[in-house]
Amino acid sequence: MADPAGHEIDRLIELMSRLPGLGPRSARRAVLTLLRRRQTLMDPLARALAEVAARVHDCPVCGNLATGELCDICADPRRDGSTLCVVEGVADLWALERAGVFRGRYHVLGGVLSALDGVGPEDLAIAALPARIAREGIAEVILALNATVEGQTTAHYLADVLSGSGVRLSALARGVPIGGELDHLDDGTIAAALGARRPLGG
Amino acid sequence: MEWTDEGIVVACRRHGEDGAIVELFTPSRGRHAGYVPGGAGRRLRPVLQPGAQVAATWRARLAEQTGIFRIEPVRPRAALLFEDPPALAALASVAALLSWALPEREPHPALYGATVAVMDRLGAPGWQAAYARWELSLLRELGFGPDLSACAVTGGREGLAHVSPRSGRAVSRAAAGRWADRLLPLPAFLTGPGPEGPGEVAAALEMTGFFLEHWLGAALERRALPGARIRLAEMLARSGRIEDQHRRGVAADRQA
Repeated sequence: MADPAGHEIDRLIELMSRLPGLGPRSARRAVLTLLRRRQTLMDPLARALAEVAARVHDCPVCGNLATGELCDICADPRRDGSTLCVVEGVADLWALERAGVFRGRYHVLGGVLSALDGVGPEDLAIAALPARIAREGIAEVILALNATVEGQTTAHYLADVLSGSGVRLSALARGVPIGGELDHLDDGTIAAALGARRPLGG
Repeated sequence: MEWTDEGIVVACRRHGEDGAIVELFTPSRGRHAGYVPGGAGRRLRPVLQPGAQVAATWRARLAEQTGIFRIEPVRPRAALLFEDPPALAALASVAALLSWALPEREPHPALYGATVAVMDRLGAPGWQAAYARWELSLLRELGFGPDLSACAVTGGREGLAHVSPRSGRAVSRAAAGRWADRLLPLPAFLTGPGPEGPGEVAAALEMTGFFLEHWLGAALERRALPGARIRLAEMLARSGRIEDQHRRGVAADRQA
């Protein structure tokens, strides 16, 4: 069968279809949109992609994505340097930043301990953590890891590693999400919420 | 092809955008994998945590296909152990060892019963010894269990304190003599009544860990024990050392 789009465009569609949320059909639609809006969308997108690909690297201090020597968070002197939030990946860091309530600094582990995927402590940015805590005089470490077996196993491992450092350790609360209805929660979440209940008033 | 059974989630790998390939350990089908549509999504992800007990229906056109699971939660276990690090590590180790050791689609109903029983005990007093016994039952079920019935040297059943790493047979304390340091420890609670303290549990895991790695693992051509099992053994050995130090401290205080 003849190739209606041409080799280069097919290649672009194939690459686009690997992105999350896009399948072959939606990738084809996206590529068609780009081709129709070449000057207003495709060229700026191509330039932005080239620029990001050339400049983005992992921040040497926290592991966040950075375009300068340090990431914007590490380079910002207004951030609270006494509190460090440990997250699994950059997506979690972005989620916390989106909430806009945490003003400290971050440490990105780059994954969690996983027996299934063969990820051990040496594969994560754990070894640098005690030295960073000592160097920056951090008073509290918040373990903001997922409420999964792997996330919590990693949190407990980190708690062990940091137990002699004198730093205050805390973890995110678990329980009923905002807008959550008890009827729709899984048994584990209900159990965790009951376990973490707190007194009201007084 | 369709069957329905209960099962324990032993592994869950994201597949595609929101699906997952899930391995269940079921009583009648053994370790069985299947695709769960939406398994990595918001609704099913909490259900598919390692160690969770679920009701599953598996469907495929042909028996040899991966097939599709429909999963309903029965008992979440992980969330109840989040505040108990050693018990959570044990749950992760049970799931990881089952995924590591069991052949696919080979039923082991007795081991399934033992697994549910040990998971029911996690977090309760004495669970550590129950976990060590479960590892022994895993080895025995798969044909790699050490022979702890009698001393390999004397044939006696009393005073068994070691296991030969070469033959896998028990050796009594008297018969071990100067070879004792070359033998694996055999805490008394694995052959009958005996103390189940942290030191004894750590010794039991040293012994079962050897046979898991060097006998079963070698037969499976696996290079090392799962990380979850290694971390659990380290955690329990550390707590054993702390308890021993505490005991020695209390004894010294009493003497003073």
